[in-house]
Amino acid sequence: MLRQIEGSRAVAETVALCRPEVVCAYPISPQTHIIEAVGVMVKSGRLSPCEYINVESEFAAMSVSIGASAAGARAYTATASQGLLFMLEAVYNASGLGLPIVMTLANRAIGAPINIWNDHGDAMAARDAGWIQLFAETNQEAADLHVQAFRLAEELSVPVMVCMDGFILTHAVEGVDLMTQEEVDSFLPPYEPRQVLDPDDPVSIGAMVGPEAFEEVRYLAHLRQLDALALIPTIAESFATLTGRDSGGLVHPYRTDDAEVIVVALGSVLGTIKDAVDARRARGERIGVLGITTFRPFPRDGVRDALAGASRVVVVEKAFSVGGEGVVLTDVAMAVGGRDVTLHSVIAGLGGRPITQRALESVLERASRGDLERLTFLDLDEAAVSRERSRIAAARRTGPSAENVLYDRATQGSRVAQEQS
Amino acid sequence: MTKRPVRFYQVGSFAVGNRLLTDDQRTVQSDPNRTNSIDSGHRACQGCGEALGARYALDAAMRAAAGRVVTVNATGCLEVFSTPYPETSWRVPWLHSLFGNAPAVATGVAAALRVKGREDVRVVGQAGDGGTVDIGFGTLSGMFERNDDVLFICYDNEGYMNTGVQRSAATPPAARTATTDAVGPEPGNVFGQGKDLPRIAMAHDIAYVATATVADLHDLEHKVEHAMTLRGARYIHILVPCPLGWGSASSDTIKVARLAKESGLFPVFEAENGRVTSVSPIRRRTPVEEYLRLQRRYAHLFGAHPRPDIVTRLQEIADENIARYGLVNDETEEIPVLEEAKEMVH
Amino acid sequence: METPFGITLDVGSSRANHTGSWRVERPVYVDRLPPCNDACPAGENIQGWLYHAESGDYESAWRALVEENPLPAIMGRVCFHPCETACNRVRVDDAVGINAVERFLGDLAIERGWTLPEPGADTGKRILVVGSGPAGLSATYHLRRLGHAVHLVDSSHQLGGMMRYGIPAYRLPRDVLDAEIARILAMGVEVTLDHVVDDVEQERRDGSYDAVFLAVGAQIGHRVSIPAGDSSRVVDAVTFLHQVADDDPPLLGRRVVVYGGGDTAFDAARTARRLGATDAVIVYRRNREHMPANEEEFAQALGEGVTMRWLSTVNRFEGERLVLEKMRLNEAGFPEPTGELEELDADALVLALGQDTDLSLLERAPGVVIRDGVVEVAPTMMTGDAGVFAGGDAVPADRTATVAVGHGKHAARSIDDYVNGRVREAVARHELASFDRLNTWYYSDAPRTRRPELEKIRRQDTFDEVVQGLTEENALFEARRCLSCGNCFECDNCFGVCPDNAVIKLGGGERYEIDYDFCKGCGICVSECPCGAIEMVPEKI
Ligand SMILES: Cc1cc2nc3c(=O)[nH]c(=O)nc-3n(C[C@H](O)[C@H](O)[C@H](O)COP(=O)(O)OP(=O)(O)OC[C@H]3O[C@@H](n4cnc5c(N)ncnc54)[C@H](O)[C@@H]3O)c2cc1C
Ligand SMILES: Cc1ncc(C[n+]2csc(CCOP(=O)(O)OP(=O)(O)O)c2C)c(N)n1
Ligand code: SF4
Ligand code: SF4
Ligand SMILES: [Mg+2]
Repeated sequence: MLRQIEGSRAVAETVALCRPEVVCAYPISPQTHIIEAVGVMVKSGRLSPCEYINVESEFAAMSVSIGASAAGARAYTATASQGLLFMLEAVYNASGLGLPIVMTLANRAIGAPINIWNDHGDAMAARDAGWIQLFAETNQEAADLHVQAFRLAEELSVPVMVCMDGFILTHAVEGVDLMTQEEVDSFLPPYEPRQVLDPDDPVSIGAMVGPEAFEEVRYLAHLRQLDALALIPTIAESFATLTGRDSGGLVHPYRTDDAEVIVVALGSVLGTIKDAVDARRARGERIGVLGITTFRPFPRDGVRDALAGASRVVVVEKAFSVGGEGVVLTDVAMAVGGRDVTLHSVIAGLGGRPITQRALESVLERASRGDLERLTFLDLDEAAVSRERSRIAAARRTGPSAENVLYDRATQGSRVAQEQS
Repeated sequence: MTKRPVRFYQVGSFAVGNRLLTDDQRTVQSDPNRTNSIDSGHRACQGCGEALGARYALDAAMRAAAGRVVTVNATGCLEVFSTPYPETSWRVPWLHSLFGNAPAVATGVAAALRVKGREDVRVVGQAGDGGTVDIGFGTLSGMFERNDDVLFICYDNEGYMNTGVQRSAATPPAARTATTDAVGPEPGNVFGQGKDLPRIAMAHDIAYVATATVADLHDLEHKVEHAMTLRGARYIHILVPCPLGWGSASSDTIKVARLAKESGLFPVFEAENGRVTSVSPIRRRTPVEEYLRLQRRYAHLFGAHPRPDIVTRLQEIADENIARYGLVNDETEEIPVLEEAKEMVH
Repeated sequence: METPFGITLDVGSSRANHTGSWRVERPVYVDRLPPCNDACPAGENIQGWLYHAESGDYESAWRALVEENPLPAIMGRVCFHPCETACNRVRVDDAVGINAVERFLGDLAIERGWTLPEPGADTGKRILVVGSGPAGLSATYHLRRLGHAVHLVDSSHQLGGMMRYGIPAYRLPRDVLDAEIARILAMGVEVTLDHVVDDVEQERRDGSYDAVFLAVGAQIGHRVSIPAGDSSRVVDAVTFLHQVADDDPPLLGRRVVVYGGGDTAFDAARTARRLGATDAVIVYRRNREHMPANEEEFAQALGEGVTMRWLSTVNRFEGERLVLEKMRLNEAGFPEPTGELEELDADALVLALGQDTDLSLLERAPGVVIRDGVVEVAPTMMTGDAGVFAGGDAVPADRTATVAVGHGKHAARSIDDYVNGRVREAVARHELASFDRLNTWYYSDAPRTRRPELEKIRRQDTFDEVVQGLTEENALFEARRCLSCGNCFECDNCFGVCPDNAVIKLGGGERYEIDYDFCKGCGICVSECPCGAIEMVPEKI
């Protein structure tokens, strides 16, 4: 049933169709609308049986999910940004224990400076936590991915994080074809835990493992992620059979067949990129797009194959390894390793800075001209940066850069305004 | 209500068992078929009070819940010595997640059981004092405040023992730990305000809060069993001496716990819905010094450079507890009820 | 359930880890000698029989008791209970009323008609026992249990020795005495009364006895010469009490003075009160602290109106006037005359200055050594004359019925060895269960139950028993005050307090076992054993 609906709402409705038994979350923008909506459904009895637990922190939210999952319940939670970091110890723990928890990550930047807007800094911070990370391009896909996530998680006993861009998706109202309960039920069997706390069959879960077996435990977790690489497309296919929608899977190539330049990205920015690419294609450029839906496990083969024909790859990404380069770039480089490809990392949209088609096109223009650097910050206010740098060079107590830049902006703005008047 | 001691049967209800008592008056521990929730082969130090306390408490919980118990354990000695791969000592379903999240994990387990309609299965969360009063305090308070159906047990050995005996918020003043060394003008731990978790728990008005020690098994078991009759958040704080961290003889574990109570330093009481409902009176009042002298963590108060001033301050703490909880019972012992004795014969 | 590798483990698997290897000391169960047992002259296993009484199994308790002593109803009345003096519970509150429980059991046995164990299989040996006081009766009983035939001979008209002719009936009712004697005789004993043995060797040859036990006691009241006018009545206490026992009391008048400070003096004075004396005064040359008489008896006598003249000796007895000399104690506590005289009105003077033994029957026995009026015996109770054993008041020891019972038992066992040509190896006694080995925390607070006493008024003129027995409740309560010093009483403490579950409960009286696979040797069980029945011993490494 197609509905004009807010992304958060669509996710909440879909999660509810997945019949989670314990939902526990702690509010943080931009995840709030999701958990509020699920809360109302539980409170009203529409989602039943389900325990909805308001906790005192994200750390508790993930911990409650761990307990619930270990006791055999389907557990769901959602967070973003600071919340993800606050629960990070438990995030690792959930995967270590092999608990198939599903979590929505409404991607948001990480402070300081505190910033509620979208980027992928949070997801990348948890990149190595042992969770499967799926990135939604649209709200339709965000909704669909949750259904697939539960099935994937439970089949493999691995937790899954569904990443959707904060505000851009979570707060956007658009048409989403919501599944029916019957459809979801036919797709998602009841949770059959691999291990469970049960007085009738007592076990000890969470043993202390020393050097004699730790490496094996980690390697087994890795193998399970590789199993996921095989399972994810299968699940996506059967999902497509059921719904007719191409949601999920490992990667989504777009007009890459003859492309010399391929732009790689995760999440909602793919829409803007596709528009830019369409425009350039119209002008005759052989350019395409590769959307990565499954970021962890990283679909190395899928990426390599999709990029096989390209001589230039531009990774547009919303996160950045300070002191290093683009996080996704590193993985892409690994995938195309050994081939003669020029790689670019375009860091864009940090802390919610809009990624405009115009800005993108100018970067792509530079790329096709061959004068794009390896690492580019889209729309960077070079003047603000150099002012702050000279201030730091001049004096010791310069105060926080964030405030300084903002101050400059404000005063600069009024000076410009004065000059114009 | 504290269980009234059964008297006049030689050891009455002071000892673990008593062949003269009926089965239901005996402790769980006296039963050869007790669960042994934590079994032999664990790697706790010789004379570990925590290993003992955990078995006491969980076996009692198991009896009270007819074997339908699942446990959640925080990181700490209890977890480490019980489950080094590939061996576990637990005979009850047991889950360890992290150091600071046991109360929340327990909440999750309870929620799962509730949603699955398996409320016959009861949840016991457990942690050391570090996992309870320090790093787990936030999740514990949340669990209390929501009144989740969890019995949480703190095994208080007054320090971070697993990491090598560092100070916790439950470390008593003047005690030496690896991070509060016995050097300088104020040797050992500071005389702070203390973080009295039982009282903080009471401030949440939860159904049940109790303290106990490994030295009084009947009392401890009664408290666990009583707690198991209730629903919602419940908290039991059990003093478990640590021979390693306290520097007491491994054979003195129970004695030290007994003196902690008899000196007044560790008040043993029960509270329901935020109100103290009973206290375990001191039976043989003992000066704190007798308690302190058994432990090397207080050795700097005696010996070559004694600190009677500090001992006095500790005695004042004990006296304050005695006054606050009314631990000294002035009433004279009742005359033996001989009928009570007679009952047992037939 | 197929569980995740390394994350999830199967329950109880740690039993594969034998932590017993950590141990440097191991706990072992021991039986230590309870101080009561140690102090009991009859060698009773007091803690052992109390153990049964604690559970209300009085018959087993009584049976355990008569293993050593066939006269519990008597002992429960007349024994001075050194066991209670030694009892560890004294240091907690007050001694266990062992004696009272013993009496309770003895009386219950009589009431219920419990019989002594069957005699042993006939050995064909014949033993002569001379004297039927506690020593003789005890020997008879133990010899019968060992299967020897016993010929019990006594010069008196009835059996019992001083228990019948010395100890007054208000302390030891005759029906009790008769009942306990009858029970021994029921084991099959040849008895000859009114027969004086005057030559042991002769008697032994005539009767072809394999051995002889002499238990002739000390029958002769010790006499001192006191100047006394013709009219004055002077008797010795033993004779006086004997006559009373024979229902032929002498007429002593209304004012009776007893001279002496032992139990016999008190018995005489209290008996005189019962016979109608208005004044019964005990004259003793030292003071209260130095008086040998039993505390309880002293208190009871005062309660009955007996009065004391401390620090006085009898100088002479003139008509109805007794002249006393005041004494004072020197530093060593010995009385010295002061020369100061006093007078006291008296109709009769009873001398209670001790008893002497008539050992003329040993005059022709070879090798016998007599010193200080008593026969020397080896640790086996054998005199210098091989095959002739002696015990009780006739040998050097405390003169009490309980000592006599112990001698009788000991002699019987030695006689058994002797007639079988055996030499017994000395068995090492268990280490004493001293108070410091106990953990008294575990014992209930329970003050002692006192035996009720007849109201004074009633007792002054009757020979009814003064001290009444315990009710069952009281006896049970009293038994349960026992700390079971040094002997496991299955309180489950060790089983409960082991942090390593390394104590196995065997149950049903079988006690416990240490599981050395897991015992780390922490020693908590030892510290927390209430009765000190576990000890740590170094591990041999
Ligand atoms: C008045 C009095 C009160 C006492 N009170 C207590 C008391 O409360 N508690 C206590 O423990 N002790 C008491 N005693 C001491 C106790 O009675 C004696 O220690 C005990 O009876 C000694 O036992 P026995 O078997 O050696 O000798 P006895 O009891 O004296 O028995 C010896 C027997 O041998 C017989 N006999 C002696 N010579 C011959 C012979 N040649 N031929 C045949 N038979 C012979 C005698 O007739 C007598 O029956 C008391 C003693 C007296 C005198
Ligand atoms: C988040 C975190 N911080 C620190 C530790 C290290 N650590 C493990 S156990 C422990 C102390 C445990 O103390 P307590 O809870 O009192 O238990 P005990 O070992 O004394 O029984 C510490 C500090 C940890 N495991 N996790
Ligand atoms: S350090 Fe203390 S708490 Fe830890 S195992 Fe040893 S005795 Fe027990
Ligand atoms: S307490 Fe019992 S075993 Fe110990 S000395 Fe007294 S009677 Fe004997
Ligand atoms: Mg601790």
